Amino acid sequence: MTGKNRENYNKNYIAYVNSFDPPTQHFKNCLRAFLVGGLICCIGQFMREIFEKVIGLNGDELSAAVSILLIFLGTLLTGFGVYDRIGRYAGAGSIVPITGFANSVASPAIEFKTEGLVYGMAAKMFIVAGPIIVYGVLAGTAVGLIYLFL
Amino acid sequence: MFEPYLEIIWGFVKAFAVGGLICMIAQIVINFTDLTAGKILVLFMLAGVVLQGLGLYQYLVEFAGAGATVPISGFGYLLANGAIKGAQKGFFGAATGALSAASAGVSAAVIFSFIMAMIFKSRSKKN
Amino acid sequence: MQTIFFENTPRIIATGTIAGPKECAGVVGKCVDKTLTDDMFGESTYEKAECKMLSYAITKAIENAGEEQSNIDMLISGDLLNQIISASFAARDFDFPFLGVYGACSTLAESYAIAAALLNAGYYKKIVAATGSHFSSAERQYRYPLELGNTRPPQSQWTVTGAGGAVIASEGSPTAITSATFGKVVDFGITDVNNMGAAMAPAAADTILAHLKETGRNADYYDLIITGDLGALGSRILKDLVWEKGVDIQNNHVDCGEIIYKVIEDEFQGGSGAGCSAVVFNSYIYEKLKRRELNRVLLAATGALLSTVSSGQGESIPCICHAVAIENL
Repeated sequence: MTGKNRENYNKNYIAYVNSFDPPTQHFKNCLRAFLVGGLICCIGQFMREIFEKVIGLNGDELSAAVSILLIFLGTLLTGFGVYDRIGRYAGAGSIVPITGFANSVASPAIEFKTEGLVYGMAAKMFIVAGPIIVYGVLAGTAVGLIYLFL
Repeated sequence: MFEPYLEIIWGFVKAFAVGGLICMIAQIVINFTDLTAGKILVLFMLAGVVLQGLGLYQYLVEFAGAGATVPISGFGYLLANGAIKGAQKGFFGAATGALSAASAGVSAAVIFSFIMAMIFKSRSKKN
Repeated sequence: MQTIFFENTPRIIATGTIAGPKECAGVVGKCVDKTLTDDMFGESTYEKAECKMLSYAITKAIENAGEEQSNIDMLISGDLLNQIISASFAARDFDFPFLGVYGACSTLAESYAIAAALLNAGYYKKIVAATGSHFSSAERQYRYPLELGNTRPPQSQWTVTGAGGAVIASEGSPTAITSATFGKVVDFGITDVNNMGAAMAPAAADTILAHLKETGRNADYYDLIITGDLGALGSRILKDLVWEKGVDIQNNHVDCGEIIYKVIEDEFQGGSGAGCSAVVFNSYIYEKLKRRELNRVLLAATGALLSTVSSGQGESIPCICHAVAIENL
């Protein structure tokens, strides 16, 4: 089988394979993502209230403090090997909150420690989360420049 | 006398609903496109940058509090917001504003990850 | 001709297997030589653990054969890690020549076929063929860090933690390798790295059909046609593909990946990896061959020949399948 014939056959085969795909459980997945995601945000809201009312932080300091504490919790749960279990249950519900970002930084750091502290742990720390920093800085700076020239 | 408490509870409800909704949208995207975790994070972060670039995300933050800042789109909001504020100070501010606004999150992620990597070992999954 | 026949019938005289706790909860639990309670196997990294498992399987196979290590002529082995480090590093513990082979998850069948060919020609008297894999090291290399909280799609499989090996000699057991079919690389354009079963099924179909055609045998000549790690989904596709060509293996086809785990929960489609066929064949199936509950088995192990680089560049997954016919004479 060569050329066009083969391509057609491939397409047929891929369509045929896709017909075997186990159905995605949309409702269950979405509900879990909603519940866990909402819960993590509620924890964040709780911290906001505490920091605001008890310590008296506000504005940027307040959101920075909340982020830092959530990131700490995310990395800690990753260290204890709990976060991947939550992730398996919650899907996007635990990926999208800032704790998921913390998890994606901490997990390769812990994992690749065996390959050395420089080229293992430090170099591979951002294999998953690196793109977020890269595109975040690019897009953020672009927004800044657009506002500068407008 | 219950009114301040009601307001706090209402704040939690809003945070839960908005945060949950953002995660649910991400889950729907995953269900239909098989995007991996890294790509989802980038996508939602960019969505936050764009929305704040258009000046919209701040209303969501005012409305939902942590419900809008905790998801990764809130990180994008932070970047864009920093850049916009920096742009008022001139070119240098526009170029550095984004990352300096996000420095708390990035530094925290690096520092805590380093500490956790020193303390913990990777463990296998039993199931 | 893809098929070669071994008229001097090299024999599988003994096997040695080791598997992790999760694997041993299933059918292989009673048959393996050693069950690990901790999949680190007392080592500091998963790669070292994989190497040690392989080393154990080789030593145990030689011990079970009642042989001295000095009587072994050669080790043929391979694994899934880059530059087959587990096999090469395990080989440094032994004082005989080493032939490293790579066929991804088809490595077991490939090394059996090469061993049988060398023995049949009379160059050597006793060869050890072994292979293994480890869930955590494979996950690290091919997918994500273990602690990353991502979800596994329902088509995915679970790499088997385990190793198995066999001593193949020119005589000494009724269980013989009678022929081998080397497979062609088949690529039907599947790019989804989580759907290995669908990618490998056409390769398995190709080799099994070639084997049956060239030997002039019917599918029911074999008591069992076992594939390596197609998983539940791939196994169904394979049955369909050979059925299209007029061959019926509905009743005697079994997939090692499909049967290895007891509870299909997060493993979804079953086990995968080089260790999958190595553990299941060398323990469970070999036990049945020895007790003559099975007499004619076709072991068709499939392998997906991809790397993280090729899938990152959007290449489809080329696959291969080698088959060896194992019969009680």
